[in-house]
Amino acid sequence: MSWIDVGALEDIPLRGARLVKTPVGCVALFRTGEAEVFAASDRCPHKGGPLSEGIVHGRAVTCPLHNWVFSLETGEAQGADEGSIPTYPLRVENGRLLLDGDAVGRRAAA
Amino acid sequence: MTKKLVVIGAGMASGRMLESLIESDPAAYEITLFNAEPRGNYNRLMLSPVLSGEKTYAEIVTHDDHWYETHGIACRFGERVVEIDRDRKIVVGEKGAVPYDKLVIATGSDPFMIPLPGHDLEGVIPYRDLEDTERMMGLSAKPDAKAVVIGGGLLGLEAAAGMAARGVDVTVVHIMGHLMERQLDEAAGYLLRRALTDKGIKVMCSANSKEILGENGHVKALMLDDGTELPCDLLVMAVGIRPSVALAKSAGLAIGRGVHVDDRMVTSDADVLALGECVEHNGAVFGLVAPLYDQAKVLAQTLLGRDAAFQPKEVATKLKVTGCDLFSAGDFTEGEGREDIVFRDPARGVYKRLVLEGERLIGAVMYGDTADGAWFHGLIKDREDVSEMRDTLIFGPAFQGGAQADPMAAVAALPADAEICGCNGVCKGRIVEAVEGGATTIEDVRAVTKASGSCGTCTGLVEQVMALSLGDDFVMPTAKPVCGCTDLTHEDVRRLIKAQELKSQPAVWQELGWSTPNGCHVCRPAVNYYLLADWPLEYQDDPQSRFVNERNHANIQKDGTYSVVPRMWGGLTNARELRAIADAADKYGVPTVKVTGGQRIDLLGVRKEDLPAMWADLNEAGLVSGHAYSKGLRTVKTCVGREHCRFGTQDSTGLGVKLEKRLWGSWTPHKVKLAVSGCPRNCAEATCKDLGIVCVDSGFEIGVGGAAGMDLKEIQPLVKVATEAEAEEWSVAFVQLYREHAKYLDRPYKWIAKVGMDWVREALSNATERAALVARFDLSQTIYQKDPWAERAEPAAARRFQPLADLTLEAAE
Repeated sequence: MSWIDVGALEDIPLRGARLVKTPVGCVALFRTGEAEVFAASDRCPHKGGPLSEGIVHGRAVTCPLHNWVFSLETGEAQGADEGSIPTYPLRVENGRLLLDGDAVGRRAAA
Repeated sequence: MTKKLVVIGAGMASGRMLESLIESDPAAYEITLFNAEPRGNYNRLMLSPVLSGEKTYAEIVTHDDHWYETHGIACRFGERVVEIDRDRKIVVGEKGAVPYDKLVIATGSDPFMIPLPGHDLEGVIPYRDLEDTERMMGLSAKPDAKAVVIGGGLLGLEAAAGMAARGVDVTVVHIMGHLMERQLDEAAGYLLRRALTDKGIKVMCSANSKEILGENGHVKALMLDDGTELPCDLLVMAVGIRPSVALAKSAGLAIGRGVHVDDRMVTSDADVLALGECVEHNGAVFGLVAPLYDQAKVLAQTLLGRDAAFQPKEVATKLKVTGCDLFSAGDFTEGEGREDIVFRDPARGVYKRLVLEGERLIGAVMYGDTADGAWFHGLIKDREDVSEMRDTLIFGPAFQGGAQADPMAAVAALPADAEICGCNGVCKGRIVEAVEGGATTIEDVRAVTKASGSCGTCTGLVEQVMALSLGDDFVMPTAKPVCGCTDLTHEDVRRLIKAQELKSQPAVWQELGWSTPNGCHVCRPAVNYYLLADWPLEYQDDPQSRFVNERNHANIQKDGTYSVVPRMWGGLTNARELRAIADAADKYGVPTVKVTGGQRIDLLGVRKEDLPAMWADLNEAGLVSGHAYSKGLRTVKTCVGREHCRFGTQDSTGLGVKLEKRLWGSWTPHKVKLAVSGCPRNCAEATCKDLGIVCVDSGFEIGVGGAAGMDLKEIQPLVKVATEAEAEEWSVAFVQLYREHAKYLDRPYKWIAKVGMDWVREALSNATERAALVARFDLSQTIYQKDPWAERAEPAAARRFQPLADLTLEAAE
């Protein structure tokens, strides 16, 4: 793994999300707790809705377009809907957000 | 010959180590004990009871002069160690050097002081030792003394509670969103905050300190970054500790965050050992006392040449903060594949949350009732498979084996004196009596017994008792709950937010027994609305509980772009505004420009990144957000009225503009559209609006509850008034009545169908009540009537509309 510093934890509002552009497409970084974050694809497999604009609750996000709910831990759609979104390793260290560069198709800058 | 041992630091770890050493072999060493504080070992954890007056210093001393004398320990208290000379194997104190064969560094930790401007003023102190404690105790001698504590962790709260117990006016300033965020989750943090508030301590979360203000070299106040000034005579900084490594570092020992030690507690020098809060072991540093005591035992054995190894254990934190029981263990935050079990008992102020991963319990947070903490901690430590007892796990060990599967059977089994409604002390027997006395509905029972009349969370239970008593005669009401997070209906939630004066989302989740940690996409926007509508001054709107359109102040389109609709007051515009709109359309490549049904212009297909800049441009021309995206006032449609029209009876355009200027920016349960027509020909289509005014020669006919969406509804007459001022007053009062009573996402026509048009007319016909409604509306507008575009065009806010990072750019660039 190659951890890339993509910003500060404080840049994401609690129960909110921010976007990072990567070679594999837009990745949404979700902050589900004071120091709990997840990274997943920003694109809802249903109609392509931007998940970073959804309401974050528990460890899940609801797509703003048609209310599909995804677990941020597994990427699986919840309830009756079927589908999943890719998830990516993301961690917090000293208040910084570290995203796994390998997983999103980019090596860390030397 | 007896070997020489020098110990630097007389804290809790060093005290325990000396005990252990002397117990094993009292003759092994000739001991010298340095301590910078002018006293020996005492129980630092007990400083808080000393501060609050429950204990005296004498009671918390663990080793007195007599003890040191008996064991022949040379005490050098009140003397700082200046240097460790490892080559000559001596420790140099302020009053002279001492040789050693073995040296133990137990320097503990230093309080971290935020380098705010003014942090060196007199009266700015940490909370670490007896001197600090005495400073705080001394404060209560001054009448009307005020103190500010920066830091809402354990130490800060104990300092605050201790001073408050002595009559000091205390404010806690905490940078994070809830108290003790490392030990507690948000809900438990809320309960703790409430308990502190009940004790008269002011708590400010998400508060950033900016500067400490002084007068004649003494602290005078703390200023926050929003400009708030908190006057104080003493400012206590309790924001964290750092291992105290300066001495070890200057002696050239290996240092990380703390002094590096191996499993035997030996540093990089074989004759120098270390323990306590100053060490780092396998990358970990230590703040709780349990592992320090383990270290003390290991270190004593190592000094005696015996084999021992320190192994950090999973630690649980069981704390009592100012009389509130807290417990947390394991990991209740980060990680994947986890599930929560949440239990809340609002009446008792109890909150429990278990975190499961697969078949195992990995974390627990408890507040109010921590009796089962040890049991949960055991399950976490032993990594026990809990899948068998999962359904009843949260009820603790007493409930394992023979759980009640059928809730009705459980209710049937309850004795007559079992308490059903905790708020009003109503037992099962009383409810059964009420039913036998003729009560057939929940309202009847509530009227006779008050059961479920206060917090309402026992409503389901009361209904079950009724069902058992009435048999087939009882039809369980099928009121629809807000969502899966609660059994309460929207109406219940609204009523309880008012009745219990719930003023934050965590308060609602806890007091009303939400089954999820923080709601879902259905209940969050509703609760957020109810709170801001009922407590405009106290509650702060939460953008993360809003649908995307209201968070971004633009309408999201199916391709992820947005539409931008500037406000045109009463449908009026001018050449300058139109030019600005045209320029913006050009500049940001707007593909579609459309005239809306609400008499304004829609710019469709704007990229999110462009929104703040586009808004700034439109603001420049005097255009503000049209709120075309909000559950709030949309438009006031007008016809040209008597200014130009030969049939016009009144200035319908002018009244429309006045209404729009008065009502814009307000949030409502659903969108609200108005129209004013200048004559009964009704060119503004006022008769299918949420509130429509039709002007006639003798005045203004106001109707409400129209719609032209999924349902087509004609307005129902509300009142006819003679003057424009009265028309405005009635309109505002109606909107406020709707704001205060309707269910979230009910348009006025749906709400009126539930409460009845007669009720609405009656509520508004009382002039005093009407004036009160208007006053409450105006109060709310002092907070909410602000152009959201202007606020978000500011650079700091605009940044949120950009990606956090772009990793598609090559590093080589």
